[in-house]
Amino acid sequence: MKLWNKLLCTCRRKSPWLFHMNSGSCNGCDIELVAALTPRYDAEQLGVRLQGSPRHADILCVTGPVTAKAVAAVKTVYDQIPSPKAVVAIGSCPATTNVFIDSRTLDGPLEKHIPVDVFVPGCPPRPDAIIQGVAKAAEILANRASTGQPVVTPIVVGEATGEPCFRAAREAQP
Amino acid sequence: MNLDSTMLLTALARLLIFPGLLFAVPAAWFFLWVERKSVALMQGRVGPPFMQPFYDFIKLMGKTAPERPGIAGLLMRAWPLMAMAAATGAVGLLPVLPTSGGFEGDLILLLALLEVPSMCIIAAGFSSRSIFAEIGSAREAVLSVSYNVVFLLAVVSIAASQNTFRLETLATLPHTPLRWLGIVALLVCLPAKLHLNPFSLPNAEQEIYAGPMTEYVGPELALWELSHGLEWIASTGLIATLIIPRIDSWWLAPLAFAAIVFGIVVLLSVVASATARLAIDSSVRFYWQCTLIFAGLAAVLAIASPILVRLKP
Repeated sequence: MKLWNKLLCTCRRKSPWLFHMNSGSCNGCDIELVAALTPRYDAEQLGVRLQGSPRHADILCVTGPVTAKAVAAVKTVYDQIPSPKAVVAIGSCPATTNVFIDSRTLDGPLEKHIPVDVFVPGCPPRPDAIIQGVAKAAEILANRASTGQPVVTPIVVGEATGEPCFRAAREAQP
Repeated sequence: MNLDSTMLLTALARLLIFPGLLFAVPAAWFFLWVERKSVALMQGRVGPPFMQPFYDFIKLMGKTAPERPGIAGLLMRAWPLMAMAAATGAVGLLPVLPTSGGFEGDLILLLALLEVPSMCIIAAGFSSRSIFAEIGSAREAVLSVSYNVVFLLAVVSIAASQNTFRLETLATLPHTPLRWLGIVALLVCLPAKLHLNPFSLPNAEQEIYAGPMTEYVGPELALWELSHGLEWIASTGLIATLIIPRIDSWWLAPLAFAAIVFGIVVLLSVVASATARLAIDSSVRFYWQCTLIFAGLAAVLAIASPILVRLKP
Protein backbone atom coordinates (compact mmCIF):
# COMPACT_ATOMS: atom_id res chain seq x y z
CA MET A 1 0.00 0.00 0.00
CA LYS A 2 2.85 2.34 0.88
CA LEU A 3 4.57 1.54 -2.40
CA TRP A 4 1.37 2.20 -4.33
CA ASN A 5 1.01 5.59 -2.62
CA LYS A 6 4.58 6.47 -3.48
CA LEU A 7 4.04 5.47 -7.11
CA LEU A 8 0.81 7.45 -7.21
CA CYS A 9 2.59 10.50 -5.80
CA THR A 10 5.31 10.29 -8.49
CA CYS A 11 2.76 9.82 -11.24
CA ARG A 12 0.68 12.77 -10.07
CA ARG A 13 3.75 14.98 -10.09
CA LYS A 14 4.75 13.83 -13.56
CA SER A 15 1.41 14.09 -15.31
CA PRO A 16 -0.31 17.42 -14.67
CA TRP A 17 -3.23 17.87 -17.04
CA LEU A 18 -4.52 21.42 -17.28
CA PHE A 19 -7.89 22.93 -17.81
CA HIS A 20 -7.76 26.54 -18.87
CA MET A 21 -10.54 28.86 -17.75
CA ASN A 22 -10.92 32.48 -18.80
CA SER A 23 -12.87 34.46 -16.21
CA GLY A 24 -12.95 37.74 -18.10
CA SER A 25 -9.31 38.04 -19.06
CA CYS A 26 -8.04 40.44 -21.75
CA ASN A 27 -6.54 37.36 -23.53
CA GLY A 28 -2.96 38.40 -22.76
CA CYS A 29 -2.44 35.57 -20.26
CA ASP A 30 -4.37 33.11 -22.39
CA ILE A 31 -1.93 33.66 -25.23
CA GLU A 32 1.00 33.17 -22.87
CA LEU A 33 -0.46 29.94 -21.50
CA VAL A 34 -0.79 28.59 -25.03
CA ALA A 35 2.74 29.82 -25.76
CA ALA A 36 3.97 27.62 -22.91
CA LEU A 37 2.88 24.59 -24.95
CA THR A 38 4.53 25.69 -28.21
CA PRO A 39 7.88 24.31 -29.48
CA ARG A 40 9.93 27.08 -27.80
CA TYR A 41 8.82 26.24 -24.25
CA ASP A 42 7.36 22.74 -24.79
CA ALA A 43 5.61 22.06 -21.48
CA GLU A 44 4.80 18.52 -22.66
CA GLN A 45 8.31 17.56 -21.48
CA LEU A 46 6.87 17.74 -17.96
CA GLY A 47 3.86 15.70 -18.98
CA VAL A 48 1.63 18.77 -19.23
CA ARG A 49 -1.38 18.41 -21.46
CA LEU A 50 -4.12 20.94 -22.09
CA GLN A 51 -7.39 19.05 -21.70
CA GLY A 52 -10.69 19.91 -23.27
CA SER A 53 -12.84 18.76 -20.36
CA PRO A 54 -12.49 19.76 -16.68
CA ARG A 55 -13.36 16.15 -15.82
CA HIS A 56 -9.96 15.07 -17.20
CA ALA A 57 -7.89 17.81 -15.56
CA ASP A 58 -5.77 17.93 -12.41
CA ILE A 59 -4.90 21.61 -12.40
CA LEU A 60 -7.25 24.48 -13.05
CA CYS A 61 -5.55 27.48 -14.67
CA VAL A 62 -7.61 30.62 -14.21
CA THR A 63 -6.92 33.86 -16.03
CA GLY A 64 -8.83 37.13 -15.69
CA PRO A 65 -10.12 39.20 -12.77
CA VAL A 66 -13.32 37.12 -12.22
CA THR A 67 -16.25 39.15 -13.48
CA ALA A 68 -19.59 38.91 -11.67
CA LYS A 69 -20.96 36.82 -14.54
CA ALA A 70 -18.03 34.37 -14.35
CA VAL A 71 -18.30 33.53 -10.64
CA ALA A 72 -20.82 30.72 -11.06
CA ALA A 73 -18.85 29.26 -13.95
CA VAL A 74 -15.59 29.31 -12.00
CA LYS A 75 -17.21 27.51 -9.07
CA THR A 76 -18.88 24.92 -11.32
CA VAL A 77 -15.68 24.15 -13.20
CA TYR A 78 -13.75 23.88 -9.92
CA ASP A 79 -16.30 21.39 -8.61
CA GLN A 80 -16.22 19.40 -11.85
CA ILE A 81 -12.49 18.69 -11.54
CA PRO A 82 -12.08 15.37 -9.73
CA SER A 83 -9.89 15.49 -6.64
CA PRO A 84 -6.96 15.66 -6.00
CA LYS A 85 -6.80 19.01 -7.74
CA ALA A 86 -4.90 22.28 -7.61
CA VAL A 87 -5.53 25.83 -8.82
CA VAL A 88 -3.05 28.12 -10.54
CA ALA A 89 -3.97 31.80 -10.89
CA ILE A 90 -2.24 33.08 -14.00
CA GLY A 91 -1.49 36.79 -14.25
CA SER A 92 -2.04 39.66 -11.85
CA CYS A 93 -5.79 39.83 -12.51
CA PRO A 94 -6.99 36.75 -10.60
CA ALA A 95 -4.65 37.67 -7.72
CA THR A 96 -5.43 41.35 -7.26
CA THR A 97 -7.95 42.26 -10.01
CA ASN A 98 -5.11 44.43 -11.34
CA VAL A 99 -6.10 47.58 -13.26
CA PHE A 100 -9.78 46.67 -13.14
CA ILE A 101 -9.80 47.03 -9.36
CA ASP A 102 -12.64 49.54 -9.02
CA SER A 103 -14.89 48.14 -11.72
CA ARG A 104 -18.47 47.46 -10.61
CA THR A 105 -18.74 44.47 -12.96
CA LEU A 106 -16.12 42.52 -11.00
CA ASP A 107 -16.46 40.10 -8.15
CA GLY A 108 -12.77 39.32 -7.70
CA PRO A 109 -10.14 38.40 -6.75
CA LEU A 110 -10.22 34.67 -7.38
CA GLU A 111 -9.37 33.67 -3.80
CA LYS A 112 -12.78 34.92 -2.68
CA HIS A 113 -14.43 32.01 -4.48
CA ILE A 114 -12.04 29.05 -4.71
CA PRO A 115 -8.81 28.16 -2.88
CA VAL A 116 -5.71 29.06 -4.90
CA ASP A 117 -2.45 27.12 -4.61
CA VAL A 118 -0.07 29.00 -6.86
CA PHE A 119 -0.01 32.61 -8.07
CA VAL A 120 1.91 33.44 -11.23
CA PRO A 121 1.98 37.26 -11.20
CA GLY A 122 2.72 39.39 -14.23
CA CYS A 123 0.74 41.30 -16.80
CA PRO A 124 1.07 38.99 -18.62
CA PRO A 125 3.50 36.53 -16.97
CA ARG A 126 6.17 34.93 -19.10
CA PRO A 127 5.50 31.39 -20.37
CA ASP A 128 8.45 30.03 -18.37
CA ALA A 129 6.94 31.48 -15.18
CA ILE A 130 3.64 29.76 -16.05
CA ILE A 131 5.43 26.45 -16.55
CA GLN A 132 7.19 26.91 -13.20
CA GLY A 133 3.83 27.63 -11.57
CA VAL A 134 2.27 24.51 -13.07
CA ALA A 135 5.23 22.38 -11.95
CA LYS A 136 4.91 23.79 -8.40
CA ALA A 137 1.17 23.12 -8.43
CA ALA A 138 1.76 19.52 -9.54
CA GLU A 139 4.15 19.06 -6.63
CA ILE A 140 1.68 20.56 -4.15
CA LEU A 141 -1.09 18.37 -5.51
CA ALA A 142 0.98 15.20 -5.23
CA ASN A 143 2.13 15.95 -1.69
CA ARG A 144 -1.30 17.01 -0.50
CA ALA A 145 -2.94 13.90 -1.89
CA SER A 146 -0.43 11.61 -0.17
CA THR A 147 -0.35 13.39 3.21
CA GLY A 148 -3.96 14.57 3.26
CA GLN A 149 -3.12 18.01 4.58
CA PRO A 150 -4.42 21.15 2.91
CA VAL A 151 -1.90 23.79 1.87
CA VAL A 152 -2.67 27.00 3.71
CA THR A 153 -0.49 29.67 2.15
CA PRO A 154 -0.36 29.89 -1.61
CA ILE A 155 3.00 30.01 -3.39
CA VAL A 156 4.06 32.92 -5.58
CA VAL A 157 6.15 32.18 -8.65
CA GLY A 158 8.49 34.48 -10.59
CA GLU A 159 10.14 36.39 -7.78
CA ALA A 160 12.58 38.26 -9.98
CA THR A 161 10.01 39.84 -12.25
CA GLY A 162 6.65 40.19 -10.66
CA GLU A 163 6.71 39.45 -6.96
CA PRO A 164 7.56 42.84 -5.37
CA CYS A 165 4.80 44.63 -7.29
CA PHE A 166 2.49 41.72 -6.62
CA ARG A 167 3.05 41.86 -2.86
CA ALA A 168 2.50 45.63 -2.83
CA ALA A 169 -0.71 45.29 -4.80
CA ARG A 170 -2.05 42.57 -2.54
CA GLU A 171 -1.30 44.62 0.56
CA ALA A 172 -3.18 47.53 -1.00
CA GLN A 173 -6.31 45.39 -1.37
CA PRO A 174 -9.26 46.61 0.69
CA MET B 1 -4.73 -33.80 -21.37
CA ASN B 2 -7.21 -34.03 -24.19
CA LEU B 3 -7.30 -31.80 -27.24
CA ASP B 4 -10.03 -29.48 -26.00
CA SER B 5 -8.29 -28.43 -22.82
CA THR B 6 -5.00 -27.88 -24.68
CA MET B 7 -6.79 -25.63 -27.13
CA LEU B 8 -8.48 -23.78 -24.31
CA LEU B 9 -5.15 -23.28 -22.53
CA THR B 10 -3.52 -22.03 -25.74
CA ALA B 11 -6.37 -19.62 -26.33
CA LEU B 12 -6.15 -18.34 -22.73
CA ALA B 13 -2.40 -17.94 -23.02
CA ARG B 14 -2.83 -15.96 -26.23
CA LEU B 15 -5.49 -13.76 -24.69
CA LEU B 16 -3.81 -13.13 -21.33
CA ILE B 17 -0.06 -13.45 -21.94
CA PHE B 18 1.24 -13.21 -25.51
CA PRO B 19 0.25 -11.33 -27.59
CA GLY B 20 -2.64 -10.59 -25.22
CA LEU B 21 -2.98 -8.57 -22.04
CA LEU B 22 0.39 -9.03 -20.32
CA PHE B 23 2.35 -8.15 -23.44
CA ALA B 24 -0.14 -5.81 -25.10
CA VAL B 25 -0.62 -3.35 -22.22
CA PRO B 26 3.05 -2.24 -22.03
CA ALA B 27 3.13 -2.33 -25.84
CA ALA B 28 0.05 -0.08 -25.94
CA TRP B 29 1.77 2.41 -23.62
CA PHE B 30 4.90 2.24 -25.77
CA PHE B 31 3.00 2.96 -28.97
CA LEU B 32 1.00 5.76 -27.34
CA TRP B 33 4.37 7.27 -26.41
CA VAL B 34 5.71 6.75 -29.95
CA GLU B 35 2.67 8.57 -31.30
CA ARG B 36 3.06 11.57 -28.98
CA LYS B 37 6.82 11.68 -29.39
CA SER B 38 6.72 11.61 -33.18
CA VAL B 39 4.09 14.35 -33.26
CA ALA B 40 6.35 16.40 -30.94
CA LEU B 41 9.41 15.79 -33.11
CA MET B 42 7.45 16.80 -36.21
CA GLN B 43 6.59 20.07 -34.47
CA GLY B 44 10.20 20.68 -33.41
CA ARG B 45 9.57 19.89 -29.73
CA VAL B 46 11.24 17.45 -27.37
CA GLY B 47 8.01 15.74 -26.39
CA PRO B 48 6.92 13.67 -23.39
CA PRO B 49 9.26 11.37 -21.44
CA PHE B 50 9.31 7.65 -22.23
CA MET B 51 7.16 6.63 -19.27
CA GLN B 52 4.48 9.29 -19.85
CA PRO B 53 1.53 7.04 -20.83
CA PHE B 54 2.28 4.88 -17.76
CA TYR B 55 2.34 7.94 -15.48
CA ASP B 56 -0.94 9.14 -16.98
CA PHE B 57 -2.56 5.76 -16.49
CA ILE B 58 -1.52 5.38 -12.84
CA LYS B 59 -2.47 8.96 -12.05
CA LEU B 60 -5.92 8.50 -13.56
CA MET B 61 -6.38 5.27 -11.57
CA GLY B 62 -5.81 7.28 -8.38
CA LYS B 63 -8.48 9.90 -9.07
CA THR B 64 -11.82 9.91 -7.33
CA ALA B 65 -14.83 9.53 -9.57
CA PRO B 66 -18.16 11.19 -8.73
CA GLU B 67 -21.02 8.94 -7.73
CA ARG B 68 -23.18 7.86 -10.60
CA PRO B 69 -26.34 6.19 -9.38
CA GLY B 70 -28.68 4.03 -11.41
CA ILE B 71 -28.46 2.15 -14.65
CA ALA B 72 -26.83 5.05 -16.52
CA GLY B 73 -23.90 5.05 -14.10
CA LEU B 74 -23.56 1.29 -14.40
CA LEU B 75 -23.49 1.56 -18.18
CA MET B 76 -20.95 4.35 -18.07
CA ARG B 77 -18.66 2.09 -16.07
CA ALA B 78 -19.33 -0.89 -18.33
CA TRP B 79 -18.54 0.66 -21.74
CA PRO B 80 -14.79 1.23 -21.21
CA LEU B 81 -14.44 -2.30 -19.79
CA MET B 82 -16.18 -3.77 -22.83
CA ALA B 83 -14.06 -1.70 -25.20
CA MET B 84 -10.90 -2.83 -23.47
CA ALA B 85 -11.93 -6.48 -23.42
CA ALA B 86 -12.76 -6.43 -27.12
CA ALA B 87 -9.52 -4.69 -28.04
CA THR B 88 -7.53 -7.21 -25.98
CA GLY B 89 -9.33 -10.05 -27.73
CA ALA B 90 -8.48 -8.52 -31.11
CA VAL B 91 -4.80 -8.26 -30.14
CA GLY B 92 -4.87 -11.87 -28.90
CA LEU B 93 -5.98 -13.07 -32.34
CA LEU B 94 -2.99 -11.60 -34.17
CA PRO B 95 -0.62 -14.27 -35.52
CA VAL B 96 2.56 -12.70 -34.16
CA LEU B 97 4.38 -16.00 -33.77
CA PRO B 98 4.62 -18.39 -36.73
CA THR B 99 2.35 -21.46 -36.38
CA SER B 100 0.46 -19.79 -33.57
CA GLY B 101 -2.76 -21.61 -34.23
CA GLY B 102 -5.88 -19.68 -35.11
CA PHE B 103 -8.93 -21.05 -36.90
CA GLU B 104 -10.78 -20.66 -40.18
CA GLY B 105 -12.65 -17.36 -40.03
CA ASP B 106 -10.62 -15.64 -37.32
CA LEU B 107 -10.21 -12.64 -39.63
CA ILE B 108 -13.97 -12.07 -39.37
CA LEU B 109 -13.82 -12.29 -35.57
CA LEU B 110 -10.90 -9.83 -35.55
CA LEU B 111 -12.89 -7.35 -37.65
CA ALA B 112 -15.89 -7.69 -35.37
CA LEU B 113 -13.78 -7.16 -32.24
CA LEU B 114 -12.08 -4.15 -33.81
CA GLU B 115 -15.48 -2.61 -34.34
CA VAL B 116 -16.63 -3.05 -30.73
CA PRO B 117 -14.53 -0.20 -29.18
CA SER B 118 -15.92 2.23 -31.71
CA MET B 119 -19.49 1.17 -30.90
CA CYS B 120 -18.73 1.41 -27.18
CA ILE B 121 -17.52 4.97 -27.70
CA ILE B 122 -20.77 5.87 -29.46
CA ALA B 123 -22.86 4.29 -26.70
CA ALA B 124 -20.69 5.83 -23.98
CA GLY B 125 -21.16 9.31 -25.38
CA PHE B 126 -24.92 8.94 -25.46
CA SER B 127 -25.17 7.36 -22.03
CA SER B 128 -23.18 10.16 -20.41
CA ARG B 129 -25.94 12.63 -21.40
CA SER B 130 -23.53 15.49 -22.03
CA ILE B 131 -24.38 17.55 -25.09
CA PHE B 132 -20.74 17.59 -26.22
CA ALA B 133 -20.45 13.84 -25.79
CA GLU B 134 -23.61 13.38 -27.84
CA ILE B 135 -22.22 15.52 -30.67
CA GLY B 136 -18.99 13.50 -30.54
CA SER B 137 -20.89 10.22 -30.62
CA ALA B 138 -23.01 11.34 -33.57
CA ARG B 139 -19.84 12.25 -35.44
CA GLU B 140 -18.22 8.94 -34.57
CA ALA B 141 -21.29 7.11 -35.86
CA VAL B 142 -21.28 9.01 -39.17
CA LEU B 143 -17.55 8.53 -39.60
CA SER B 144 -17.71 4.83 -38.80
CA VAL B 145 -20.44 4.34 -41.41
CA SER B 146 -18.26 5.99 -44.02
CA TYR B 147 -14.85 4.38 -43.39
CA ASN B 148 -16.14 0.93 -42.55
CA VAL B 149 -17.50 0.35 -46.07
CA VAL B 150 -14.03 0.91 -47.48
CA PHE B 151 -12.36 -1.02 -44.67
CA LEU B 152 -14.57 -4.08 -45.07
CA LEU B 153 -14.40 -4.02 -48.88
CA ALA B 154 -10.61 -3.96 -48.68
CA VAL B 155 -10.52 -6.90 -46.28
CA VAL B 156 -13.05 -8.82 -48.36
CA SER B 157 -11.06 -8.26 -51.53
CA ILE B 158 -7.85 -9.48 -49.89
CA ALA B 159 -9.57 -12.53 -48.42
CA ALA B 160 -11.47 -13.36 -51.62
CA SER B 161 -8.40 -13.05 -53.83
CA GLN B 162 -6.48 -15.46 -51.60
CA ASN B 163 -9.44 -17.72 -50.80
CA THR B 164 -9.11 -17.72 -47.01
CA PHE B 165 -10.45 -15.96 -43.94
CA ARG B 166 -7.73 -17.39 -41.73
CA LEU B 167 -5.16 -14.86 -40.55
CA GLU B 168 -2.26 -17.28 -40.31
CA THR B 169 -2.80 -18.58 -43.84
CA LEU B 170 -3.10 -15.02 -45.11
CA ALA B 171 0.20 -14.18 -43.45
CA THR B 172 2.01 -17.01 -45.19
CA LEU B 173 0.53 -16.61 -48.69
CA PRO B 174 2.55 -14.71 -51.32
CA HIS B 175 1.78 -11.05 -51.96
CA THR B 176 -0.29 -10.17 -55.00
CA PRO B 177 -0.79 -6.65 -56.47
CA LEU B 178 -4.42 -6.85 -55.36
CA ARG B 179 -3.32 -7.47 -51.79
CA TRP B 180 -1.13 -4.37 -51.86
CA LEU B 181 -4.09 -2.36 -53.14
CA GLY B 182 -6.12 -3.70 -50.21
CA ILE B 183 -3.35 -2.81 -47.73
CA VAL B 184 -3.25 0.76 -49.03
CA ALA B 185 -7.04 1.01 -48.66
CA LEU B 186 -6.79 -0.29 -45.08
CA LEU B 187 -4.05 2.24 -44.30
CA VAL B 188 -6.24 5.06 -45.58
CA CYS B 189 -8.98 3.97 -43.17
CA LEU B 190 -6.73 3.80 -40.11
CA PRO B 191 -6.65 7.54 -39.23
CA ALA B 192 -10.45 7.53 -39.03
CA LYS B 193 -10.49 4.31 -37.01
CA LEU B 194 -7.98 5.70 -34.52
CA HIS B 195 -9.42 9.25 -34.43
CA LEU B 196 -6.29 10.89 -35.79
CA ASN B 197 -6.00 14.03 -37.84
CA PRO B 198 -7.35 14.70 -40.46
CA PHE B 199 -10.26 12.55 -39.22
CA SER B 200 -10.14 13.47 -35.53
CA LEU B 201 -13.71 14.75 -35.61
CA PRO B 202 -15.26 12.53 -32.93
CA ASN B 203 -12.93 13.58 -30.15
CA ALA B 204 -12.12 17.00 -31.70
CA GLU B 205 -10.02 18.32 -28.80
CA GLN B 206 -11.12 21.74 -27.53
CA GLU B 207 -13.72 22.12 -30.28
CA ILE B 208 -16.35 19.97 -28.56
CA TYR B 209 -14.47 19.69 -25.24
CA ALA B 210 -13.41 16.04 -25.25
CA GLY B 211 -16.10 14.51 -27.48
CA PRO B 212 -17.68 11.27 -26.22
CA MET B 213 -15.19 11.17 -23.32
CA THR B 214 -16.23 14.56 -21.89
CA GLU B 215 -17.87 13.17 -18.75
CA TYR B 216 -15.43 10.35 -18.08
CA VAL B 217 -13.30 10.63 -14.95
CA GLY B 218 -10.30 8.88 -13.41
CA PRO B 219 -10.19 5.07 -13.70
CA GLU B 220 -12.82 4.95 -16.46
CA LEU B 221 -10.84 7.44 -18.51
CA ALA B 222 -7.68 5.41 -17.86
CA LEU B 223 -9.41 2.34 -19.30
CA TRP B 224 -10.46 4.34 -22.35
CA GLU B 225 -6.86 5.46 -22.91
CA LEU B 226 -5.68 1.89 -22.56
CA SER B 227 -8.31 0.52 -24.91
CA HIS B 228 -7.30 3.20 -27.40
CA GLY B 229 -3.70 2.00 -27.16
CA LEU B 230 -4.80 -1.62 -27.63
CA GLU B 231 -6.85 -0.55 -30.64
CA TRP B 232 -3.67 0.95 -32.08
CA ILE B 233 -1.89 -2.38 -31.74
CA ALA B 234 -4.79 -4.45 -33.05
CA SER B 235 -5.43 -2.35 -36.16
CA THR B 236 -1.80 -1.70 -37.06
CA GLY B 237 -1.10 -5.37 -36.25
CA LEU B 238 -3.72 -6.46 -38.79
CA ILE B 239 -1.91 -4.50 -41.49
CA ALA B 240 1.48 -5.78 -40.30
CA THR B 241 0.15 -9.34 -40.61
CA LEU B 242 -0.75 -8.65 -44.22
CA ILE B 243 2.51 -6.88 -45.07
CA ILE B 244 4.98 -9.18 -43.31
CA PRO B 245 6.67 -11.78 -45.54
CA ARG B 246 6.79 -15.39 -44.38
CA ILE B 247 9.36 -15.83 -41.58
CA ASP B 248 9.72 -19.17 -39.79
CA SER B 249 12.13 -18.06 -37.07
CA TRP B 250 10.53 -17.81 -33.61
CA TRP B 251 12.43 -14.71 -32.55
CA LEU B 252 12.67 -12.92 -35.89
CA ALA B 253 8.92 -13.06 -36.62
CA PRO B 254 7.80 -11.02 -33.56
CA LEU B 255 10.66 -8.57 -34.13
CA ALA B 256 9.71 -8.01 -37.76
CA PHE B 257 6.09 -7.67 -36.67
CA ALA B 258 6.98 -5.05 -34.04
CA ALA B 259 9.16 -3.16 -36.53
CA ILE B 260 6.36 -2.95 -39.08
CA VAL B 261 3.83 -1.86 -36.42
CA PHE B 262 6.32 0.79 -35.27
CA GLY B 263 6.70 2.02 -38.84
CA ILE B 264 2.94 2.29 -39.34
CA VAL B 265 2.52 4.15 -36.02
CA VAL B 266 5.20 6.68 -37.01
CA LEU B 267 3.68 7.07 -40.48
CA LEU B 268 0.20 7.72 -39.04
CA SER B 269 1.56 10.20 -36.48
CA VAL B 270 3.46 12.09 -39.18
CA VAL B 271 0.32 12.31 -41.29
CA ALA B 272 -1.65 13.41 -38.21
CA SER B 273 0.76 16.21 -37.34
CA ALA B 274 1.03 17.38 -40.95
CA THR B 275 -2.71 17.74 -41.52
CA ALA B 276 -5.57 19.74 -40.06
CA ARG B 277 -8.96 18.44 -39.00
CA LEU B 278 -11.50 18.06 -41.81
CA ALA B 279 -15.16 18.92 -41.40
CA ILE B 280 -17.64 16.06 -41.22
CA ASP B 281 -18.94 16.48 -44.77
CA SER B 282 -15.41 16.53 -46.23
CA SER B 283 -14.47 13.40 -44.29
CA VAL B 284 -17.54 11.50 -45.43
CA ARG B 285 -17.02 12.69 -49.01
CA PHE B 286 -13.40 11.55 -48.88
CA TYR B 287 -14.38 8.00 -48.00
CA TRP B 288 -17.52 7.70 -50.07
CA GLN B 289 -16.29 9.42 -53.23
CA CYS B 290 -12.51 9.11 -53.41
CA THR B 291 -11.62 5.90 -51.60
CA LEU B 292 -14.69 3.79 -52.19
CA ILE B 293 -13.99 3.65 -55.96
CA PHE B 294 -10.62 1.98 -55.39
CA ALA B 295 -11.85 -0.38 -52.70
CA GLY B 296 -14.87 -1.31 -54.83
CA LEU B 297 -12.61 -1.91 -57.82
CA ALA B 298 -10.38 -4.16 -55.71
CA ALA B 299 -13.37 -6.14 -54.46
CA VAL B 300 -14.78 -6.58 -57.99
CA LEU B 301 -11.36 -7.67 -59.30
CA ALA B 302 -10.93 -10.09 -56.43
CA ILE B 303 -14.28 -11.73 -57.01
CA ALA B 304 -14.08 -11.60 -60.79
CA SER B 305 -10.52 -12.83 -61.27
CA PRO B 306 -11.16 -16.51 -60.46
CA ILE B 307 -14.11 -16.47 -62.86
CA LEU B 308 -11.97 -14.84 -65.56
CA VAL B 309 -9.22 -17.40 -65.03
CA ARG B 310 -11.74 -20.20 -65.39
CA LEU B 311 -13.17 -18.68 -68.58
CA LYS B 312 -9.72 -18.57 -70.22
CA PRO B 313 -9.51 -21.06 -73.11
